[in-house]
Amino acid sequence: MKKTTLFGAALLSVLATTASAEDPSILVQSTTSTQNSGFYDYILPIYKAETGVTVNVVAVGTGQAIKNAQNCDADVLLVHAKAAEEKFVAGEYGVERSDLMYNDFVIVGPAADPAGIAGGKEVVTAFKTIAAKKAMFASRGDDSGTNKAELRLWDKAGIDTKAESGDWYRATGSGMGATLNASVGMGAYTMSDRATWISYGNKGDYQIVLEGDPVLFNQYGIILVNPDKCPSVKADLGQQFIDWLTSAHGQGLIADFKLDGKQLFFPNASADHS
Amino acid sequence: MQDFAGAFGLAFRLIASGDADLFEIVGLSMRVSLTALLLSCLIGFPIGALLVVRKFFGRGIVIALVNSMMGFPPVVIGLLVYLALSRAGPMGWLGLLYSPTAMIIAQTLLIAPIVAALSRQVLEALQAEYDEQFRSLGVSRSSAMLALIVDGRYGLLTVALAGFGRAVAEVGAVIIVGGNIDHLTRVMTTAIALETSKGDLGMALALGIILMCLAISVNLAAGALRAIAERHAYA
Repeated sequence: MKKTTLFGAALLSVLATTASAEDPSILVQSTTSTQNSGFYDYILPIYKAETGVTVNVVAVGTGQAIKNAQNCDADVLLVHAKAAEEKFVAGEYGVERSDLMYNDFVIVGPAADPAGIAGGKEVVTAFKTIAAKKAMFASRGDDSGTNKAELRLWDKAGIDTKAESGDWYRATGSGMGATLNASVGMGAYTMSDRATWISYGNKGDYQIVLEGDPVLFNQYGIILVNPDKCPSVKADLGQQFIDWLTSAHGQGLIADFKLDGKQLFFPNASADHS
Repeated sequence: MQDFAGAFGLAFRLIASGDADLFEIVGLSMRVSLTALLLSCLIGFPIGALLVVRKFFGRGIVIALVNSMMGFPPVVIGLLVYLALSRAGPMGWLGLLYSPTAMIIAQTLLIAPIVAALSRQVLEALQAEYDEQFRSLGVSRSSAMLALIVDGRYGLLTVALAGFGRAVAEVGAVIIVGGNIDHLTRVMTTAIALETSKGDLGMALALGIILMCLAISVNLAAGALRAIAERHAYA
């Protein structure tokens, strides 16, 4: 019986330590691209130092992040799928959507370039070539922002990826990094946001085969989860974080974030919001 | 593979340098999995013992059920706990999602059936040995259960180690209910998943090596404990 008491005491102490950590914090549902690039490791300590607020980030695909926020499991949503974000706000799950920053998507592939698309200017043309030659292409296949953008491009190219899935078109159903790992392993082309690509550490002989097409624009938005719908939302702390990121100061910090001398995100919050 | 060779060096340097982040992650892994194990033992041992001493109708079905729950995929457990603890879920008001407590709950659900099923097997053998004595002494059911658990403790230690191994190694449940939040819910396995997705395979492998070293240490410690206890018992 003494043992049981001891177990109980140990258990209580564990639960107590969980409950006592009560400094101000907010929960942000966000995307793997922002986390994998090291953006949060860079910017959150600065925010913590300036405001004392801890920002906890759950990084999942945009689709899952939005779903989690709809379940009220977030204070702030920071993702990259404008249409889905606007739908989120229209459904009154979010208060207001602000542009935050952008970068672009790139098409990466093996140096051998089996489809011969390197140096092209148009993604749609390149996608048609990939499909015609049945060159391997790895898709996120996870309803993430990148996945949504990629599927729109296949649509524009008039290719039904569902019909090709499992053949030359491979949907990994995983995050950007895992999909890059799979691409390198299979010798497949894939589409990545530039930030994840630059910071990705397992490139092998992979390189950017196509970039600069305006359709590859990748906009990130930030939204406060609606406290009317979700009473648990820390609206003041969440709004403070949004205001800080969209202020001239926050936007400057975003622009300063570089990896190997390359800027990863380009701030573009509208001035009236700062 | 340069990753493979470099990983061992990196693992060693990480440990030797006393990397604060690493120790925080390792500490949380241990805290979550050991607490889940403790709870699972408190739940699983009595259930295992009860299934041994009580011959009730449908017992075979219950045993088959508990046994098959050993194969429950962690990601499904994670999903169920997420749905329960989400703000939109029935227990959302507790505000436990994305906390170490949520991870402990998920891992407990994951390994309690393992502890229950395996301890039933261990105690079944012991019961066969003790059955006549229990009958002749007219021992109550609860006393019999307690006697089985106390006398079967070495076998149950192995059961606990199996449970611990499953808990500390799983990633599917804790990444959903914990969210892999830096400095809050990041444990060894979710950190390994993150480093892998960053393409930093060397770091991922180094963390994997450290996790395996931890598992080996826990098993060795348990083995030593058992050896010491047995020496005392038969001295």
